[in-house]
Amino acid sequence: MKYVLLFGGTMEGADQLEGAAKEQTMADYEKSGQWFEKYSKSGKIVGGHELQGPSTATTVSRRNGKVTVTDGPFIESKEVIGGYAEIEVADLDEALAMAKEWPGTVEIRPVVDHSQDQERARS
Amino acid sequence: MRILGNFDIAEEVVQDSLVTALERWPDQGIPDNPGAWLMTTARRRAIDLLRRDRRYAEKVLILERSSVVGDPVEADDRLRLIFTCCHPALPQEAQVALTLRAVAGFTTQEIAAAFLVSEPAMAQRIVRAKRKIVAANIPYRVPEGAELPARLEAVLAVLYLMFNEGYLSRGTGAGMRRDLADDALWLTRLLDRLLPSQAEVLGLLALMKLHLARSAARFDAAGEMVLLPEQDRSRWDQEAIAEGLRTLDTAALMRRPGPYQLQAAIAAVHAEAPSWETTDWEQVVTLYDALLRSANSPVVRLNRAVALSHVRGAQVALGEVNDLALALGDYHLFHATRAELLDELGEAALATEARRRALELCQNPAERALLLRKLGH
Repeated sequence: MKYVLLFGGTMEGADQLEGAAKEQTMADYEKSGQWFEKYSKSGKIVGGHELQGPSTATTVSRRNGKVTVTDGPFIESKEVIGGYAEIEVADLDEALAMAKEWPGTVEIRPVVDHSQDQERARS
Repeated sequence: MRILGNFDIAEEVVQDSLVTALERWPDQGIPDNPGAWLMTTARRRAIDLLRRDRRYAEKVLILERSSVVGDPVEADDRLRLIFTCCHPALPQEAQVALTLRAVAGFTTQEIAAAFLVSEPAMAQRIVRAKRKIVAANIPYRVPEGAELPARLEAVLAVLYLMFNEGYLSRGTGAGMRRDLADDALWLTRLLDRLLPSQAEVLGLLALMKLHLARSAARFDAAGEMVLLPEQDRSRWDQEAIAEGLRTLDTAALMRRPGPYQLQAAIAAVHAEAPSWETTDWEQVVTLYDALLRSANSPVVRLNRAVALSHVRGAQVALGEVNDLALALGDYHLFHATRAELLDELGEAALATEARRRALELCQNPAERALLLRKLGH
């Protein structure tokens, strides 16, 4: 079963941090690197990236047929998506176990499997 | 319906499309041909559902057919079922509903009546939860090792919630409501049989037994709720109390204390006291302190304050209660407790004000009746 893990928070603005906050952020960043390495080696991660910060985001939206391009992410919230990993695991519990080792907030979403669409349509 | 040939799925799919339509149309405008749009969306959803059809059918079947009778062959399945229904990835209200439905054999109508919500709303809650079990692939298994304690905690929370819901409304003449307290006790016994030697399962079992032992005294002849201080203790079931104490002893021997054992120990102090006044309040406060160390919850601090008022007086207790205003401002028992303490301090006007606020926030019919009585209605 495939899931995408969406990670909250980015490194944007991290260089302006000072003292304990900076140390914590850098320690978490290192931990997330180790996490990626561990699960890539064990073959659980089949794709994923760290994303550049929300200031680099551009949103294309469609309203009543009209297309608009705006600066910024499309989810208006204090939390930003800082990266994602596509994982292949047995079930939600395995995905949860991985997510619990991530040094921050994670949203787990099962992916829609379109692999059998054509076959189904024929039968 | 024709093209799908499976009424349940078809019904769900159509409902799904309608929901999508209702969500999208205000934003995106009504499409030129709404009928065709609905059919297209419905078909797409149907493909999604049918693709998972086998897995879906299997899981739904497991959820539906589980029987209530004690067939040992089914024991493993039932334990897995309990853990699946109480998975933390599901909303807690859905965990309770699913457990009642799948493990205790309630109908949707009975669950809806038990929680005073409409049947369609409850059906929707159950359908959504079942769908998430399938879509997110929540496993059908008993967690092991390091995973077990936290997952067991979630199961116990569901059983305790269920118990409280039934226990509070016991004797209110709400004829339609099945007695959830007995069902929760039955489920906890079942859990203890399926997963033996878990101190906290026994702790919860002891807690339920000790509460139920007092239930005959909780309502007077007119069906009005009677709180612990005013209860006629000669009506307590001494045999049931003894059984509850034995269960608690068995749990304590395992030397793995936890919040349910502590709460059962508090209930035991009350059960053994000849009267409200002669209760060993020092012991109760000590037990609440231990409880706060394992789970620092404002509700526990509220209960501790009541015990504290007997050791150090109402004024000190009121100070502790007032500190909880931010956390518990929307909780009716916060205001009801303040009212009791204010009464004790001779602040009748403030007590009435607090009691009115409690009434505004309280849903439970038996507790509402009690508050109204104290307000002089």
